[in-house]
Amino acid sequence: MNKILPAPFLSLFLLVFWLLLQNTITPGLVVLGAILAVAIPLYTNRGRDFPATIRKPFKAIEYFFLLLVDILISNLNIAAIILMPSRRIKPALIEYPLDIVGEVPITVLASTISLTPGTITAEIRRDGRALMIHALNVDDHEKLIASIKQRYEMRLKEIFKC
Amino acid sequence: MNMTELPGWADWLVSSLIIIGALFALIGSVGLARLPDFMARLHAPTKSTTLGVGGVILGSIVYFSVTATFSWHELLITIFLFLTAPISAHLLAKAGLHLELKRVENTRDLRAQPNQYSDED
Repeated sequence: MNKILPAPFLSLFLLVFWLLLQNTITPGLVVLGAILAVAIPLYTNRGRDFPATIRKPFKAIEYFFLLLVDILISNLNIAAIILMPSRRIKPALIEYPLDIVGEVPITVLASTISLTPGTITAEIRRDGRALMIHALNVDDHEKLIASIKQRYEMRLKEIFKC
Repeated sequence: MNMTELPGWADWLVSSLIIIGALFALIGSVGLARLPDFMARLHAPTKSTTLGVGGVILGSIVYFSVTATFSWHELLITIFLFLTAPISAHLLAKAGLHLELKRVENTRDLRAQPNQYSDED
């Protein structure tokens, strides 16, 4: 199993991607897509120097939908901030201490922070144990850090087991 | 190519989705012009445009699914957008940080050791 499918989720992603590109589903296309989905990870696996395995795929799907809803809310928030008088915003640079380890989980967390309400990841500390976040409008930064921690980081910790 | 007539409900749905999308794209652009400094400006295009593009894409999916066959490949645009938007925002924020661009004076710097995030030695 592991010899033929070194990265099962990548293979699945490639197959879905292929079918989306074709925009139709016929048996021929599914077979061709399946061959590509097996062949491409076999070839590219040598170049993967970031070991990352999703231990809980269903949690990952739940995380994706949670993120989708949060992006929607964040859009409305930003729109409200833009349309109100600009003097009242309170930006801040915040240090966010990381609990998770590993390149892929931290990258996912940083991207999540960039996509959700009023925050952008700007930099990682030299030792890799904290992120620097720019928040557009924040009153209580402790509360913001706590909410990111329990809403996203705990879930990622569970998904990647790190 | 002749335009196909849409049924009434689809007509309303597609038009409202496209108008909502366009509205959010417009708000994002207004934010780009209106917010006070570089870092704050970054917030507008990374977030509001996601919903703007999302609305237009949903409109397109509904339109082509009703008039022609089921059409899903617009979803690829969303996947690419979710992958690329945070990365470009991150790179711009990083560049702005390292160039030490001026920030609005009420920005609070809550970093314990700011030198740990700069490239000065």
